[in-house]
Amino acid sequence: MKLTLKVWRQQNNASKGALESYQVEANEHMSFLEMLDVLNQSLVEEKKVPVAFEHDCREGICGSCNMVINGRPHGPNQGTTTCQLHMRYFKDGDTIVVEPWRAKAFPVIKDLVVDRSSLDRIIQSGGYISVNTGQAQDANAIAIEKDRAAHAFDAAACIGCGACVAACPNGSAMLFTAAKVVHLGTMPQGEVEESTRVQAMVNQMDEEGFGMCSNTGACEADCPKEISLTNIAEMNRAYLAASLGSQKKS
Amino acid sequence: MSWFSNFLTSSIGRKLIMSLTGLFLISFLIIHLIGNLQLFYDDGGQAFNIYAAFMTSNPLIKFVSIGLYFFILLHTVQGLILWSKNKAAKGSKYAVSNTKTTSFASRNMALLGTFVLAFLFIHMGDFWFKMKFGGSDALNMVTYPGHETAVKDLYEKVAYSFSNPLLVLAYLVGLLALAFHLMHGFQSAFQSLGINHKKYTPLIQMIGLAFSIIVPLAYAIIPIFFFFNR
Amino acid sequence: MKLESKVPEGPLADKWTKYRSTMNLVAPNNKRRIDVIVVGTGLAGASAAATLGELGYNVKAFTFHDSPRRAHSIAAQGGINAAKNYQNDGDSVYRLFYDTIKGGDYRSREANVHRLAEVSRNIIDQCAAQGVPFAREYGGLLANRSFGGVQVSRTFYARGQTGQQLLLGAYQALSRQISLGNVEMYNRHEMLDLVVVDGKARGIIARNLLTGKLERFAAHSVVLATGGYGNVFYLSTNAMGCNVTAAWKAVKKGALMANPCYTQIHPTCIPVSGDYQSKLTLMSESLRNDGRVWVPKKKEDAQAIQQGKKKGIDIPEQERDYYLERRYPAFGNLVPRDVASRAAKIACDEGKGVSPTGLAVFLDFASAIERYGKSAAHSAGIHNPDKAMITKLGEEVVAEKYGNLFEMYEKITGENPYKHPMKIYPAVHYTMGGLWVDYNLETNVPGLFALGEANFSDHGANRLGASALMQGLADGYFVLPYTIGQFLSNEIRTPKISTDLPEFAAAEKSTQDNLTKLIDIKGNQSVESFHRRLGKIVWEYCGMSRSAEGLKKGRQLIRDLRKEFWSDVFVPGTANEFNPELEKAMRVADFMELGEVMMLDALDREESCGGHFREEHKSPEGEAARNDEDYTYVAAWEWDEQDPKVHKEELIFENVELKTRSYK
Repeated sequence: MKLTLKVWRQQNNASKGALESYQVEANEHMSFLEMLDVLNQSLVEEKKVPVAFEHDCREGICGSCNMVINGRPHGPNQGTTTCQLHMRYFKDGDTIVVEPWRAKAFPVIKDLVVDRSSLDRIIQSGGYISVNTGQAQDANAIAIEKDRAAHAFDAAACIGCGACVAACPNGSAMLFTAAKVVHLGTMPQGEVEESTRVQAMVNQMDEEGFGMCSNTGACEADCPKEISLTNIAEMNRAYLAASLGSQKKS
Repeated sequence: MSWFSNFLTSSIGRKLIMSLTGLFLISFLIIHLIGNLQLFYDDGGQAFNIYAAFMTSNPLIKFVSIGLYFFILLHTVQGLILWSKNKAAKGSKYAVSNTKTTSFASRNMALLGTFVLAFLFIHMGDFWFKMKFGGSDALNMVTYPGHETAVKDLYEKVAYSFSNPLLVLAYLVGLLALAFHLMHGFQSAFQSLGINHKKYTPLIQMIGLAFSIIVPLAYAIIPIFFFFNR
Repeated sequence: MKLESKVPEGPLADKWTKYRSTMNLVAPNNKRRIDVIVVGTGLAGASAAATLGELGYNVKAFTFHDSPRRAHSIAAQGGINAAKNYQNDGDSVYRLFYDTIKGGDYRSREANVHRLAEVSRNIIDQCAAQGVPFAREYGGLLANRSFGGVQVSRTFYARGQTGQQLLLGAYQALSRQISLGNVEMYNRHEMLDLVVVDGKARGIIARNLLTGKLERFAAHSVVLATGGYGNVFYLSTNAMGCNVTAAWKAVKKGALMANPCYTQIHPTCIPVSGDYQSKLTLMSESLRNDGRVWVPKKKEDAQAIQQGKKKGIDIPEQERDYYLERRYPAFGNLVPRDVASRAAKIACDEGKGVSPTGLAVFLDFASAIERYGKSAAHSAGIHNPDKAMITKLGEEVVAEKYGNLFEMYEKITGENPYKHPMKIYPAVHYTMGGLWVDYNLETNVPGLFALGEANFSDHGANRLGASALMQGLADGYFVLPYTIGQFLSNEIRTPKISTDLPEFAAAEKSTQDNLTKLIDIKGNQSVESFHRRLGKIVWEYCGMSRSAEGLKKGRQLIRDLRKEFWSDVFVPGTANEFNPELEKAMRVADFMELGEVMMLDALDREESCGGHFREEHKSPEGEAARNDEDYTYVAAWEWDEQDPKVHKEELIFENVELKTRSYK
């Protein structure tokens, strides 16, 4: 299949970027990233600088790959990362526009590569359970209802790719933050710190310059792990309880 | 106070303000509609005019209405702050825009809200301002049997205004914007409050949808009714 | 060079406990003055960095990724072993130890493996306390499943994403230490050299991948947790970025690479579909709990399937050869990975492969769907259910167990695995070989430690399923934080190491020269094309089956390729910017040297054991034939441009008897 690619090229954060057009000969069994490999191989053969994009595991779990394909983070398929998107979902002669994640908190580094360390800092602000190595009791000492563990898992499935931020018209990281707040808050082990955790994480999220949630649901629709919007409601609840309900004056 | 201001200026605090003020305004829509339905009494406007006079003179109502103005202002200002902050947080837009995964209403709350606000100005300038501050040159005074104090004949003003097709059109546009604003806003208010439940949310969404169609439609009938019947 | 394992004296079961209680400690006030560098922040690195931070050391942690959460540990699907015996099925520390030794074909160090089995229990406790959402039974207690090569259920799991959940646990623990200031995190920094001062590892040279600048970092000790080298094969289930560079730079500074020829070929991967293929995708071994492996009995049927004229479901039951069940009745489809992989290769070599390339076998869930369907119907009180109902119910059960894997399979192949049997083929997955370490996980370079897949220590010649996560976390949480004290307790008087030392300057300069050299070649071939060619050579001559002749040829081919690389590679851009092509070039250059040592190691080992199968050494039935007499040793290689040298550590078995591994 012959494709026209329009790819965002930007040398570095300081420079201005633009879409550039390329012709690529692809095959329907290729993954989207393998199609980009073909493009890059041909660019290198022409002694040009290949398109920089992030990718690693190529099996949909590391969260590295991040590109907006025809306006949709990770492309048109539901619950699919870019690396798992296969070319059989495109047609011969298609024009595909590939852009980087866009959000103020994700500055562009080069081409399609952006800096997502803001997400790391949200986790560092409180996305953990404060237990040192060796302090744990027997793993079966606390029984956890099967459904409750499953609920925590559904939130914990987040791969930290940032598609929620990229999809959100407000550049909000609520879904990412909520997924961690709900994962840990749902487990009895993490319930203990929930109040301080949710406040710290929301504060950090605000500080990083992410936008505010207006409940458009764009994040949920483009999340490759299909993390639910209900997590945001749960986080709102936890935050309100922590801010208004706790005795702490901060 | 620092914890309180921290809370109110946090992203979730701001959302809480939007949600609560929005819900208050929604409740106002119902009250206001019930009052306005008196326009349909076939009594030459008696019930409506007495009601209007009561609403502008009762001290308790006056107090509540100050609250209402404040909440409208708060909802507006906060909404504009959210809009500008969110626009800045997004930075640049995509070359290909995606409209598949989100509703028109949810993407355009600020725009729809601005339409509603503009409509509010027209509406209040036409009726509320004249009712409140207009002299007898603006509105005639009438008396009714059993209600000897003269009241302003707002009914006549309403009927007169809605004979103007441009104004009727402006109302319809304003109410359409309101309908869309509510379609997203109603259920969104609950989500912001943290009320999202597998069992109850579908119900909230259904009520929200019904509300955002029925209430603006009921309001819309008024100008249409007057336009065609008078 | 004499390789001292430093295994403590005493009975096997007491060694670790006694050693741990008597080893030297570093007092809290001294810990604050001691710097430790941890390179790599996957399961082993993140857990080590977090724990060292908790203990009070000054830790600097490095990853070439944009975040520690991207490490390839995240992709482990099936689970993590622990000798908890929650299922009351006769499991114990000794049994896990024994299974691991036997699974590794008696080529690992007894004391290390026993320690691993001991701490496996603490790992589960630790991870549960961190909030890892493990699978649970209805009663709320932890669930288990079985994995290949064992007859008990000791694998803990979190759906098909166990590695992800464990890594996030370690990442969160690390994040906490970062926020407390105990760990300084350097993302997007790639270690390009080890700095050795007075014979001790004292720092690294790392390239800031964003700016291209080389930076010097000094510490009292350096810990490498940089994963395995499976990407030397180009096609593997490893992530694209997995590389040997950090470990290899250590080898070039004197560390030894042990047993590099022990590579694990995982039997259940999605087969290669074309030349453009960049990597292979694993289907968790847990699938073999319920899936049955088969090929057609008749070659004609296989050919019809290869040509697309028939499908798997068209072959009647009596015409199918469930070859694992036939050959290994005791373990059936759950034989260890090396055995299952080799059996698949034999079937395909006989022309019975079932994909267009002829390189695939079926993994069939039809009988599991039927079995589960019947049982589900029974428990739902449905009597005399029809076939459609059974299938429907059975598919639901299978979906609950393996849903995400089935989805992934369908996404990649476009074929529905509920209706058609999956097609699978072995692929490179894990490397048992790695840096040589002693009982303390210290390499032969004092102060340089290696953890997780980067070391060689626990899996012998073959790793059992769900043991990689166990080892990574054991090393990081429960072993290194203690054993590093043996070295650091002698360093409390050593002041802060200065990066101005001439050794740092020299290392930085040679790294810079190397980068410049690569850029300046300005040849005509892409890095990628060299990597592909290298992979083909290593797979062909040092893959699932090896021969002396092939290995000699392979070695020469790699040497030739290396020469060609250094004269004709094209690296676009400059060294002073974000340049992924340059990063890749550095890594491929190191793979080329490693590949040669792999060939040499495989050539040296005149026996078949675990993942290493020499055509010259097999039993009359075609099974691997070990040679315990001459090869019960660890082969640790010292790099030399012309002639790498081997050093040997004898493996002493005091507690288990060396037997022919049989799964029949």
